[in-house]
Amino acid sequence: MSGFGFDLLRLIAKRLGLGLITLFVVSLIIFLAVNLLPGDFAQEILGQGATEEAVAAIRRELGLDQPMVQRYLSWLGGALQGDFGTSFGNKRPVAELLGQRFLNTLFLAGVAAAIAVPLAVGLGVLAALYRNSVFDRVANVATLTSISSPEFFLAYILILFLAVVNPVFDSLSNVSPDLDFWTRLQRTMLPALTLTLVVTAHMMRMTRAAIINLLASPYIEMARLKGVSPARVIVHHALPNALAPIINVIALNLAYLITGVVVVEVVFVYPGVGQLFVDSVKIRDIPIVQACCLIFAATYILLNLTADVLSILSNPRLRHPK
Amino acid sequence: MTTLLYIVGILVVAAAASWLFRAALIAVLPRPGKLLFRTMPLVASFGLLMIIIYVSAALFAPVIAPYGEAEVFDKFNALPGDDPRFLLGTDQIGRDLLTRLIYGGRNTIGIAFLTTVLAFLLGAIAGFLAATVGGWLDQLLSRTVDALMAIPQLIFALLLITIFGQSTINMILVIAVLDSTRVFRLSRAVAGNIVVMDYIEAAKLRGEGLGYLIFREILPNATPPLIAEFGMRFCFVFLLIAALSFLGLGIQPPLADWGSMVRDLSQFINYAVFAPLTASLPLMAAGAIALLTVSVNFVVDWMLHRASGLKE
Repeated sequence: MSGFGFDLLRLIAKRLGLGLITLFVVSLIIFLAVNLLPGDFAQEILGQGATEEAVAAIRRELGLDQPMVQRYLSWLGGALQGDFGTSFGNKRPVAELLGQRFLNTLFLAGVAAAIAVPLAVGLGVLAALYRNSVFDRVANVATLTSISSPEFFLAYILILFLAVVNPVFDSLSNVSPDLDFWTRLQRTMLPALTLTLVVTAHMMRMTRAAIINLLASPYIEMARLKGVSPARVIVHHALPNALAPIINVIALNLAYLITGVVVVEVVFVYPGVGQLFVDSVKIRDIPIVQACCLIFAATYILLNLTADVLSILSNPRLRHPK
Repeated sequence: MTTLLYIVGILVVAAAASWLFRAALIAVLPRPGKLLFRTMPLVASFGLLMIIIYVSAALFAPVIAPYGEAEVFDKFNALPGDDPRFLLGTDQIGRDLLTRLIYGGRNTIGIAFLTTVLAFLLGAIAGFLAATVGGWLDQLLSRTVDALMAIPQLIFALLLITIFGQSTINMILVIAVLDSTRVFRLSRAVAGNIVVMDYIEAAKLRGEGLGYLIFREILPNATPPLIAEFGMRFCFVFLLIAALSFLGLGIQPPLADWGSMVRDLSQFINYAVFAPLTASLPLMAAGAIALLTVSVNFVVDWMLHRASGLKE
């Protein structure tokens, strides 16, 4: 028994280590991609007609004259302490621009997840239990349609019905920190519902597939054959084993929210990281783009890592790798 | 209430059209085709019909569209119904919206198709090479792909577009490279199962070269899963391009495309109460994207179901 807990800890530590390495590699990619480009930011900022001295001065100011390894280390060191440099566009610290927006985006994603997760898992389990019924078929077509629609299509449909024809919500999410929780929730509802539609469809299909896969395994058939009631088969035999795949599905799809958030924030002019990201890409404000990329990628990796660790914890078989 | 009636009506018409289409296919095609399409579900038949309509509209856009793609008229910001010459009105610089919609489909579909083909060429060749050669090349390619896939696709695409600048060509190349990572994973896995077969061993002993092994032995055996994957990848690429264009970072003017049309026309949605046709303009472009993607998905779903049919 003593080796058991140790094994588990070692396995989780190994996963965490792998996650750290991935994060490091990703930060390297983001840094290198920007620095391998032909030309030079100093030139880029000043435009074609810049004099040689002005370019050199900017280069010194941004630290571009130092060797690349040193620049990477100071960039990474700064980022770890929450200092992402200064924006090219308005010369303000990137961290200051990001701070409130990051909280806003988390709030939006949180609301979407709070609606989507119970809904999707519930519907997915139902579809798997009553597979090939009318409900399952309708759900199949509906979720496929939802997955196939671009986020902005769903967003405008929701705006049309819930903001223009029946003015229940605002079509623009004018969120600021001084709002009370309910007003804020009301203004966040439409973007959150859009995200919910997209994510629920994915999550529900994957939950259904995972459960069907499980229900097809011999030990479930055995339980049925020996006369266990259907409810007990599900609660006692299927669900404990279904936990790992369902946790995986949830984490994967929450990671999917990251991509969805960018487009949805632009549609609703929601003051989050995604919108800042797109605006900065347009004006090529490199420090902000790097910071946003790093934040999104880190969230993505952390979610996947959480899924890994949780599925190890919930599945005894994974604790003993061969 | 009327909206509900409309939806039911559209569904009935769609079902009837797909049923007729399937009946026509069964009647016209020779025997192997008959057998294939007889078991096709109505949804897949609908998807196939829609794909055919989209492809012909894209191919014959110059014939169908009333005017040229970038033809500018002196009447700008005309609403639908203002002028009999412009059925859906004109945009802010006086281009006919119906024409833009038709050409937008041609450009968006064409560019998405081209990008997917590029991604497949890149990903499949790299994947087959990794599986056949193995060793350090396999390690190098696989670890590179792992690293690239650790960043969400849209985020990485935005980063690369910032670096290389906004242009249609850059977008095509960026998405093709990013999407080829997914193709690489699949083709490496598929080829991995094939290279251990005896006939590959035999071909190696005969002294066949790498090119022969990949194109004459592996490729023909790996085609069916790759075709289904092609449909799925096309959907992803199509949606990604539409999203980028919607954000203003994808297909650049003067080329017409659906994503940026949605963005340009989006404010009309506020007129829904007193001018429904005007308000539906942005939804037409967005709906066109959704309809094509869902059609492809329906067909792919059916193909995958057929491929795995024996297992259930």
